[in-house]
Amino acid sequence: MADAATRHTRHKRVGRPSAVWALPGALFFVFFAVAPMILVGALAFTDWDGIGTPRWTGLSNWTRLWDDPDTHQAIRLSLVLTALTWLVQTPLALLLGVWAAGRQRNRAVLSAIFFLPLLGSSVALALVWKSLLDPNFGLIADIGPTLGFADGDLLGSSTGAFGAVLFVTAWQFIPLHTLLYQGGARAVPRSLYDAAAIDGAGTVRQFFAITLPQLRNTIVTSSVLMVVGALTFFDTVLILTKGGPGTDTTIMPYLMYKNGFQAFDLGYAAAVATILVVVATTVSLLLVRLTGFTAMRSTREGM
Amino acid sequence: MRIPRSRSSLRATGLAAAAALVVGGTLSGCGSSGPGGSGKGDISVWVYQDPSTKVQRQVVERFNKTSKVKVKLTQVPGDGYSDKLRTSMGTPNAPDVFFNWGGGSISEFVEKDMLLDLGPAMKKDPSLRKGFIPSILDAGGINGKRYGIPMRGMQPVILFYNKDVFKKAGAQPPKSWNDIIKLIGTFKGKGITPFVVAGTDPWTELMWVEYLVDRYGGAGVFKKIQSEGKDAWDDPAVLKTARTIKDLVDRRAFGKNYKSVNYTADGASTYFAKGKAAMHLMGSWEYANQKANQPAFAKSGLGWTTFPAVPGGTGDPKNVVGNPTNYWSISGKLKGEKQRAAIDFVKFAAKQDYAKALIANGDVPTTSDASALLNGHENPAYAKFQYDMVRDAPDFTLSWDQALPAKYTPPLHTNVQKLFNGQLSPTAFVDALKGM
Repeated sequence: MADAATRHTRHKRVGRPSAVWALPGALFFVFFAVAPMILVGALAFTDWDGIGTPRWTGLSNWTRLWDDPDTHQAIRLSLVLTALTWLVQTPLALLLGVWAAGRQRNRAVLSAIFFLPLLGSSVALALVWKSLLDPNFGLIADIGPTLGFADGDLLGSSTGAFGAVLFVTAWQFIPLHTLLYQGGARAVPRSLYDAAAIDGAGTVRQFFAITLPQLRNTIVTSSVLMVVGALTFFDTVLILTKGGPGTDTTIMPYLMYKNGFQAFDLGYAAAVATILVVVATTVSLLLVRLTGFTAMRSTREGM
Repeated sequence: MRIPRSRSSLRATGLAAAAALVVGGTLSGCGSSGPGGSGKGDISVWVYQDPSTKVQRQVVERFNKTSKVKVKLTQVPGDGYSDKLRTSMGTPNAPDVFFNWGGGSISEFVEKDMLLDLGPAMKKDPSLRKGFIPSILDAGGINGKRYGIPMRGMQPVILFYNKDVFKKAGAQPPKSWNDIIKLIGTFKGKGITPFVVAGTDPWTELMWVEYLVDRYGGAGVFKKIQSEGKDAWDDPAVLKTARTIKDLVDRRAFGKNYKSVNYTADGASTYFAKGKAAMHLMGSWEYANQKANQPAFAKSGLGWTTFPAVPGGTGDPKNVVGNPTNYWSISGKLKGEKQRAAIDFVKFAAKQDYAKALIANGDVPTTSDASALLNGHENPAYAKFQYDMVRDAPDFTLSWDQALPAKYTPPLHTNVQKLFNGQLSPTAFVDALKGM
């Protein structure tokens, strides 16, 4: 009791707002995220073509899902794409961000240019890349043979199309993560570097001993965004590859779209969507837990 | 998309949930008529919005001048038309008369008894039936009953060729399958792709499959698939078609990088117009497409012919595949005066001034007396070729991806693409179709 009372007064003292302040946000979330999610969960146990009323079919969507080779492939592709996305984007964004954190004028100009893709819509960017990857008239017609894609047939090969999705999304989203790392790196106190310099540490040593540990929280934030983002990639696949060749770039969100809005098999699409929600939530929770992000331990301990 | 978690999971479920919510009434935004479908004395008409819509706008104006029951036209932007129509049917916001593609686009509405059978109306007023080319009218029906009145231009699939390329090679347009095989050799020798096909848009590859199945086994093969279900894919014509496609791919008839070529971003049409490919199997809209992007080529370089017969094939080489036209269908809920008004409204599509308006718009109408009007078309030779080809066709098979129920479209496209890509062997292709 006493403890609760003191905590209460302490909250008052630091001026934390009451729960009412969260109400608009919470209501928005309930109406536009929780409620649709519950509806989708229910829809996953029905057969519905979009006309008339959904018909309960029990577990039949789920048994079909279990045996569907396209779904297995989609889950595998989504996981591989997520892992590769993280592996490609994190080191590049981290290095670029730390570099861009410097106050030199040339860095400011170059980063401003580099952040441009962030301003375009995914659809517009994907259309631009689609033209660049046209085997007869695009850039790929000239550089394809050097990359190992004779006749510019990049989108027609499984690895090529998958690589194109990976590359275009990386090109598009590395700037965002660079921005996060730039902010994080700028927040590292100057005094740490000064002290390290006095102790005789070079640039590389300073990076590994100071910058990297200080960016821990930024890395977790950026990774969660990356991983959950990669699990829900959609626009790029829709425009660039349409899930092809065959089904070789049909990742989970695209599979959901194909079943839901091309086949109008909304019950089955809802089952795919449910899996996606469960996987994305689990992965992001795991990331946050395993990295101790929730503890919000300060990176300034001992200063 | 890199977006915060709460929004991304919303996105993941949002798509599917959107449809669920739409039925709850959020759709009212797109139908200007609001609940009730239409005002007390009005009928609501939905049309797909594109440059041709002006013909329908004019006809609504003309109709409203004389009719007591007024028509309220809603133009739905193209991309979302099918989704919107589907989610509104069965709600009070459903249109009374609506644009559709016949076949699979209305089969589920017919199953649920939502459409007016136009048979009795046609019996009462034979002009409604005789006014149109029979094969076109048939293609708008389901199980022998008629639900659609043709209301736009025809869109048969035509074998286009590049006249300049043919002239330089001293070649003649193909009249037989043997010519096709010879031409493949001729053009390959000159470093020209014999046929351009857009491998990233599998519906363009499907046109080859549709024509070949028709030429090998006749229009009955696909009719059987439609009526009897997936076991009918077992027909030998389907396997022969798959083998022929593999043979064409192996001969490099489509070039080396067709798997990456697109149609929607104008990749295939430009390649063809620039003389890098000799022939292009495509819907009749290719002419309008070329006119917009390569006007000089459309005017003098574009040639056209029919798809030839194949050796051992039993299908009539006069048969045509493609999109016969678009149709008006009437909701079964309309009764009495409103139903009569709706029938009167769709009847306007059979009249000569409507056909003239279509021709002025660059379309080729499907009315049976349009032949004499075609001189008014901007390219009379092309219009007449199309019109005669369709009028003389014993059967006009609707594109399979429109004719079959929507749920078969994605796997059909995927399997055809895999066949062209060599990811499925001919026998595996037939098995995959049977497993859809």
